[in-house]
Amino acid sequence: MHAVLKMIAQRLALGALTLFVVSIVIFGATELLPGDLASAILGQSATPETLAALRAQLGLNDPAPVRYWAWLTGALQGDFGVSLATRRPIADMIEQRLGNTLFLALYAAALAVPLALVLGILAALWRNTIFDRVANAGALSAISFPEFFVAYILVLWLAQSGYFPSMVRISPASSLADKLYMSFLPALTLTLVVTAHMMRMTRAAIINLMASPYIEMARLKGASPLRIVLRHALPNALAPIINVIALNLAYLITGVVVVEVVFVYPGLGQLMVDSVAKRDIAVVQAIALIFASAYVLLNLTADVLSTLTNPRLMKRG
Amino acid sequence: MTDTPLLSIRDLHIEGRAGEAWLPIIKGVDLTLHRGEVLGLIGESGAGKSTLGLAAMGYARDGCRISGGEIVFDGIDLRSASERRKRSLRGRRIAYVAQSAAASFNPAHKLIDQYAEAPLFHEVMTRAQAQSDAVKLYDKMRLPNPAEIGFRYPHQVSGGQLQRAMTAMAMACRPDLIIFDEPTTALDVTTQIEVLAAIRDIVRQFDTAAIYITHDLAVVAQMADRIKILLRGEQVEEADTRTMLAAPRAAYTKSLWAVRSFARALQPPATDAPIVSVRGVTAAYGKTPVLHNVSFDIHAGRTVAVVGESGSGKSTTARVITGLLPPTAGEVLLDGKALPPDYRARSRAQLRQCQMIYQMADTALNPKLPLREIIGRPAEMYLGLKGRALRERVRALLDMIELEPDAYIDRLPGELSGGQKQRIGIARALAADPQVVICDEVTSALDQIVQEGILRLLDKLQGELGLAYMFITHDLATVRAIADDVVVMQHGAIVEQGAKAQVFAPPHAPYTELLLSSVPEMHPDWLSNLLAARQSQT
Repeated sequence: MHAVLKMIAQRLALGALTLFVVSIVIFGATELLPGDLASAILGQSATPETLAALRAQLGLNDPAPVRYWAWLTGALQGDFGVSLATRRPIADMIEQRLGNTLFLALYAAALAVPLALVLGILAALWRNTIFDRVANAGALSAISFPEFFVAYILVLWLAQSGYFPSMVRISPASSLADKLYMSFLPALTLTLVVTAHMMRMTRAAIINLMASPYIEMARLKGASPLRIVLRHALPNALAPIINVIALNLAYLITGVVVVEVVFVYPGLGQLMVDSVAKRDIAVVQAIALIFASAYVLLNLTADVLSTLTNPRLMKRG
Repeated sequence: MTDTPLLSIRDLHIEGRAGEAWLPIIKGVDLTLHRGEVLGLIGESGAGKSTLGLAAMGYARDGCRISGGEIVFDGIDLRSASERRKRSLRGRRIAYVAQSAAASFNPAHKLIDQYAEAPLFHEVMTRAQAQSDAVKLYDKMRLPNPAEIGFRYPHQVSGGQLQRAMTAMAMACRPDLIIFDEPTTALDVTTQIEVLAAIRDIVRQFDTAAIYITHDLAVVAQMADRIKILLRGEQVEEADTRTMLAAPRAAYTKSLWAVRSFARALQPPATDAPIVSVRGVTAAYGKTPVLHNVSFDIHAGRTVAVVGESGSGKSTTARVITGLLPPTAGEVLLDGKALPPDYRARSRAQLRQCQMIYQMADTALNPKLPLREIIGRPAEMYLGLKGRALRERVRALLDMIELEPDAYIDRLPGELSGGQKQRIGIARALAADPQVVICDEVTSALDQIVQEGILRLLDKLQGELGLAYMFITHDLATVRAIADDVVVMQHGAIVEQGAKAQVFAPPHAPYTELLLSSVPEMHPDWLSNLLAARQSQT
């Protein structure tokens, strides 16, 4: 286990370094935008005097590295500064939204991951049968449509007939059952979008191994086809499957803007879109940093899990 | 009841898919096997040995189909039996031992779990029974530390041990029949003996019938009661082992028996300065030392055979000479001048002098390039040949390796047989017009008849071009055939070296003695006598 802990420590350090670089890029990119925060807040009607006063108040006259350091140390303590549009602390605005986004991502993942694994395993087991073809064609069609199109189709079928709400109105006070019911349609949309990728990787990774000598050996021991797939192929196919799942989970957290907008879901993506529209740069910076962290953490988790499933990496010598 | 055979195959036909068409692989073979009997199945690769062995389990690989004949195992017709019925026989009453145990054990599970798998789902034992049984069989197979070795993963166990563990696994349900598919082909001679002896003991002890598939006649002579010879899917002849060895009838069988007739004429001792001189080379992979103070010379027109089991440092020595692995101490001289240790620091003229031929011609040739480019590339790069001169050079090289230039120059490697691919490997090495050629196990992956052709070709080219060969091999028969000088390596150090006659004549260094005595001989009592002799020494 010592080697694994060492590896996790190494990857964490690498992840922290990645995030540090990302934070520089984010800060640098907003620096490149024309105008500065003061002119963005005051708008075009500002007089040079008021601009100078606000700049001094916001510390904008300090050199960029000093401002970057102040922003970064604040962000590390959970203080992202104050929203330019609402004058509320950004951390408070994000907290609830982040919770909602994670809830939706988990909801969709809880539907999509088991579905993708089961479909992928069955497709590999019954490859080149009708089931395999239908599952593949269905998954491909679902991934080929734009998300908003899938979303509107679901609204047309499931919301207009009154089964599920097309607008998500949830608050921290809503009960879990209520939340699950309210956000069913966005979760289903996301499920349809991400299942195909995971299912096809599961199927391909398993089929790729079916020509291995140890699979033939299992057949010649008299193992049943299901046992061969589950016990002999799947454990060796886990690494690529885990990596694709991690990528899709990252997508569920960071890439769901369109779906949130369609269903008016109060998540981070929508907040980011709103903030861009309002030129609320400080909020955009904070959300970008959170998204980057999600990517780094999920990929780290995937690396560690892939290693744990491979005895050749776990037990050397 | 003893007259009813355990396995009876009549007029079996098996076909393999080639694109749209089905081509015959097995063309009407009969096979009869009684309880407790061991049948040796011999033939070169592609003869259909494995296909026939698998058919005895009612199994055909993907892309193959059993198209005619009957297979009856203990009164059960395997051709008409349902998949479920056949599954209930496989692993329980008929078991299989594969050629490469390293690839045939599932890397994700411990050995003992894989052992227990078949007894558990065939419901012949509980897990606890299977595990204690495994330890007993591991002990019988003379595996070190039998109580614990099962709790390791396959990658933690050596190849010879895995092969024994696989035989133990095949024994788990005490089957009536075991198919051994070249179980020792991938092993060193010294390891092979241990595995052969263990397999023979356990098969006799449980009175298990077996089909023993191999292309090595000397091995089959030790294992089988009867021998059947296959050629391109057809039976050539069948007889009991002693008759077959003493008086083979068919011309093909006689050619198999005579294959080791090739031997290079004895050369006078070298008097000139060596072309390559390895001086006190010590090398390591990372912090693991692999070579210790290795020194030997290679002379023009002579062959130095480097022998030893896998892991003894033979190929590493070649990597040091070619500059792929810079040594930590010592040096390599070419024509009396020290070569830079790293190939990147060597001049093109220095690189040209020393070329390699590899063991696996399959993977050493780019499958996407026609032979014209595979051979032409080094000629162009090292000799600066272009256009017409380059074409002429490629054609001359193809002539040299005895492949008709017009018929082969535009072919892809996939359109060649294994022996032809190895010839292309030779032509590619010669294209640079080198003085020294390093042959790394170049005949190990080939059948004996094809091997002999390659050895004869290498010998002819050496005579014509005055080449110096460094010939890496673990096969002592090959050494006897072609070497002038012999270097014996063990654990990264040279244990004995000298002229062939001197190394092969007693007294030997103890390790040389072990290697020499481990080469199977075509005598049915060889293994028994050897084991008895080794027993009495200890």
